[in-house]
Amino acid sequence: MTATFSGYRRPDGRIGVRNHVAVIPTSVAVSSIAKRIADSSGEHVRATPHQMGTSQPKRAREQTERVLTGVGQNPNVAAALVLELGTESIDAEAIADGITESGVPAETMSVREVGGTSAAIEEGSERAAQLRAASEDARREEADASELIFGVECGGSDATSGIAANPSVGAACDLLIEDGGTATFSETPEFIGAEHVLADRCTDEETRERLLERVDQREALAELMGVDMRGAQPTPGNQEGGLTTIEEKSLGAIVKGGTTPVEGMVDYAEPLPVGGGLVLMDTPGYDVESVVGKIAGGAQVIAFTTGRGSTTGNPLAPVIKVTGNPRTWQRMASNMDVNASTVVEGGSIAEAGERVYDTLLSVADGQQTAAEMRRLEEFAINEIQPNELAAEEVRG
Amino acid sequence: MKGEVLGDGDALLMHAGDNVATALEDLEPGDTIGDELTITSDVPFGHKLALEAIDEGGDVVKYGEVIGAASEAIAAGEWVHTHNCESKRGRGDLAAQEVSNA
Repeated sequence: MTATFSGYRRPDGRIGVRNHVAVIPTSVAVSSIAKRIADSSGEHVRATPHQMGTSQPKRAREQTERVLTGVGQNPNVAAALVLELGTESIDAEAIADGITESGVPAETMSVREVGGTSAAIEEGSERAAQLRAASEDARREEADASELIFGVECGGSDATSGIAANPSVGAACDLLIEDGGTATFSETPEFIGAEHVLADRCTDEETRERLLERVDQREALAELMGVDMRGAQPTPGNQEGGLTTIEEKSLGAIVKGGTTPVEGMVDYAEPLPVGGGLVLMDTPGYDVESVVGKIAGGAQVIAFTTGRGSTTGNPLAPVIKVTGNPRTWQRMASNMDVNASTVVEGGSIAEAGERVYDTLLSVADGQQTAAEMRRLEEFAINEIQPNELAAEEVRG
Repeated sequence: MKGEVLGDGDALLMHAGDNVATALEDLEPGDTIGDELTITSDVPFGHKLALEAIDEGGDVVKYGEVIGAASEAIAAGEWVHTHNCESKRGRGDLAAQEVSNA
């Protein structure tokens, strides 16, 4: 018998674990208004404020569009209100149209057209309330674990991450994949020094080549800039926690994906397959952006391992915090969901992995995470930088 | 736990071929791990200690994989970190040096 939970069935058949109305700004210009609308509309209306400007180079803009659409299409979203100032190069109508492809309602609102910020907050709140009222009819129904896309992330890593928290989350990924689900992990710079281990596990040559190419690109970017990655990777915090080199950090990081074959690799914020086994996503190492990429790809629940004690969450998907550091578990218990430091104290990885998997199913079933209870809702979109665009041109 | 606990829960060996282990407590000079290894410097919780002497330029091995090179000779029982072990990867500075030396 496989594991089940109860979730919200969307018109396209996918299953959400939360039933939120998303208020999605197309640029930084209306991000604070989006937040104000959400704050005045109750706990089920959530904003995704971000820092992208009103115009970006084409490739960068396309990525932002993919994220905004993907976030609105996440099955945790029951309905969306796409907010624009009205001067953005991104077309709010096109984002809303993209979101409705998944079958959920999506509306747009222009702050310039409704007559400024006060009018926008007032009208936005009314429309969010209407969308919420319509979505309240949704009832949880039984769903299979195989319908879950589980995104795993690490941030604020220390030496216990690779020893305890990451292998425990990896064991949970193995259990979910055994039950037919999808697990995904990312942060390509943190594959450097461990890519040969992942490459050996790819099920086909195309995935293997893509993985090695993406790692090369991230490493070449450091070379193109003539910089030494050591200043930033491992971070000063990682180093204080005992991680010496990027190779060491990477070898400890990749174990959070478990031990199953690598079935594919998608781009940042590209759709992730349901029932797809272990799939990688090419993202930067910045954890908040990386989490958002996976949620835009369809992940309903995230597990986030942290040795040093990150508190970060997300507006639309529950983030389960797992620490392998006994001191962090004691000091920051109110921000942590699963204690994997049992492993450092002699417990088995399999036992901690089962607790992570049980927590995943409970959270999918509606149990609030520490970050949700405290409304910790970090959101950031990765912006393709000018030097990355230049590197793409050099590569041709 | 996946690795092998050394001594009286003092350190963790992740893989049989490793030449470093991870401290499970704050270790001090004079502490011993098992019968043969004496700690020669402070090694904080989570940090690495050398299980054997490593020559300058020699591989530092954890998880059964090379995690970097010794930037100076390291004695058994010594703290291994950024002061005596450096990455071999993502070294744009070295690539830049090669270009300027060419």
